[in-house]
Amino acid sequence: MVTDAQRRFPWHIIFFLGPAVLIYTVFSAWPLLDTLRLSLFTETGPGTRAFYGVGNFITLLTDPNWSVPFWNALWNNTKFFLIHMLVQNPIGLLLAALISLRGLRGAKVYRTLIFLPTLLSVVIIGFIWQLILSPLWGVSEGLLEAIGLGHLFDAWLGNESSALITLALISVWQFVGIPLMLIYASLIAVPDELIEAAVVEGASAWRIFWQIKLPLILPTMGLVTILTFVGNFNAFELIYAVKGALAGPNFSTDILGTFFYRTFFGYQSQIGSATMGATVASMMFFVILCGVAAYFFVIQRRLQRYEM
Amino acid sequence: MKKLMRMAVATALVAAGTAAQAGNLTIESWRVDDRDLWEDVLIPAFQAKHPNINVRFVPTSPTEYDSSLNARLQAGTAGDLITCRPFDVSLNLFMQGRLADVTRLPAMDNFADFAKSAWSTDDGQRQFCMPMASVIHGFLYNKEIFAELGIEAPKTEAEFFAVLDRIKDGSRYTPLALGTNDQWEANQIVFTSIGAPYWGGEQGRQALLAGEARFLDDEFVNAFGQMARWGEYMGRGYQAQTYGDSQNLFALGRAAIYPSGSWDIGYFNQQADFEFGAFPPPIPTGADRCVISDHTDIGMGINSASPNKAEAELFLTWLASAEFADLFTNEVTGFFSLANHAVDVRDPVAAEMIGWRQDCDSTIRLNAQIMNRGNPNMEQELWVVGSQVLNGQMTPEDAARRIHTGFASWYQPR
Repeated sequence: MVTDAQRRFPWHIIFFLGPAVLIYTVFSAWPLLDTLRLSLFTETGPGTRAFYGVGNFITLLTDPNWSVPFWNALWNNTKFFLIHMLVQNPIGLLLAALISLRGLRGAKVYRTLIFLPTLLSVVIIGFIWQLILSPLWGVSEGLLEAIGLGHLFDAWLGNESSALITLALISVWQFVGIPLMLIYASLIAVPDELIEAAVVEGASAWRIFWQIKLPLILPTMGLVTILTFVGNFNAFELIYAVKGALAGPNFSTDILGTFFYRTFFGYQSQIGSATMGATVASMMFFVILCGVAAYFFVIQRRLQRYEM
Repeated sequence: MKKLMRMAVATALVAAGTAAQAGNLTIESWRVDDRDLWEDVLIPAFQAKHPNINVRFVPTSPTEYDSSLNARLQAGTAGDLITCRPFDVSLNLFMQGRLADVTRLPAMDNFADFAKSAWSTDDGQRQFCMPMASVIHGFLYNKEIFAELGIEAPKTEAEFFAVLDRIKDGSRYTPLALGTNDQWEANQIVFTSIGAPYWGGEQGRQALLAGEARFLDDEFVNAFGQMARWGEYMGRGYQAQTYGDSQNLFALGRAAIYPSGSWDIGYFNQQADFEFGAFPPPIPTGADRCVISDHTDIGMGINSASPNKAEAELFLTWLASAEFADLFTNEVTGFFSLANHAVDVRDPVAAEMIGWRQDCDSTIRLNAQIMNRGNPNMEQELWVVGSQVLNGQMTPEDAARRIHTGFASWYQPR
């Protein structure tokens, strides 16, 4: 027997999902789809466009004027991401493990201080670090000299060999709070009984961390990896704030975001192209899509989850 | 319900109407530094003549100006008056129909052809912006340091390097306040300015456009050659030194010479507490005349979609007047009016620089006209290559070859 209540249309579902779906569609999904559409067009004259198929993508990948900067930006972006993976996330894990130690005094203070730079504007971060590292006014040279390492000082932000690494480390400094918070949150969710049982069995803190806590927080580590990946391949502001849109010296700090900015908006006398810009943006989307897909199919499915 | 709709539409129309009310003019510009000047001096002077026209000056920062203006023009929200970049950026806007044709405006007769060239179609028949001001490139120097070391402003390249050596070896000052972090200085301040005497200014520029000269020729390679020698005089860590750092270095009296242009005079009048002078790009060995880069930099055009065209034309007519020429030249120190009116330049350094027009040949920035049209974009290439040469990471020959290859890949000489 079917009652009235069962037959009635489930309005509450629309009511609850509606706002999110609407906002997401208007501000995320639709612009994304429109960008993908725009990348299939080309500018035939001032203000007119014609369908061009995958022509823009062929240009981007085969014309040396486009492909050389594109691969350079993609490779630089990969290095930028790897530095975050090798430096930011291990440090985040280490700090989270230390802060979640029981009986640590001032844990809240450390937590807040380390998270604070994340809240600051990237432009301010870029400016502050540019000043700190400046060979003219910066304190870094003096600090190095005070510990007898003055000869190591160099114009790190200005050299082709070191500029990208320096910028990546600045970004690590700013954003290390995010993996810290996520990992910390899952570490304190590890049930006390498990730890207590391990302590009773005579396990050392070291062993507890590696064999009990770490396996339990692996899903969070995966989440951190994905967030870092997406964030890094969408990065733009820090490079733009410190090095400008030409991402010098000699494009050594050029990443996909700055490459896209120059292509889409133009820069100085380079005239921007909406269609070519959309092509670069679409490639960024595909790169991120592939990365995330690879993660889900290869890693996520193998992660074991434990009931806690 | 219908009545309600009609009221809503009417309200919306009224709201839209007030945004673009007749008699109001909005000026788009990248000269953020000049905002006070427009609001306190220039606009009041205009309103003294036309009290019922309200003018607002709404600048956007220079690096974002071109792109955001483009977006606003497409969306139909741009101001009535558009400050024009020289040559192709504005030409492109005109070709898209964004800028009104101002060729027939009577006030255009106040400008010489060279001034109009930066805002004319390639055939020279139509103008789309009124010329406002040019900037002159050169070197500023700290007179106190020069007096202390007993040196004088150099005239030739040999003298120039002798002066640099003297400062480097005989004092604690940085000889050249210049960095390569921001890259644009390497072309706009250095290559196109110090190179002009090498390639004979207009002669070399026209020869490139006519296909009679190539970047591989000595006159262009040698300009890069001089830049390659600058590195040792630029102070420690110049690779990470920004334009702002260079300005500070000179303003604080820690550097003796500042390669720059007339637009910086106003800044140092405020910031520097020492006397400074200026000298033009040194004459290279073998050349006989100095050549300066006298760059047509700012123009003003009318948004073709503006509802206030009549008022905008009144404003442009005032821009062509002797009153504006005098106000702009003397208030915006270091920007020289392009109108034919005789203007008495009061600032001593600015007067010195404008005086070079008598003694030296004038040219515009080498690549400003036509050469920036292709892909790879020559302006960007010159920034990157020039910084590499200053950094000692690229030889002058390689630099010239890269510019030549990029240019030859798309340009067909006329």
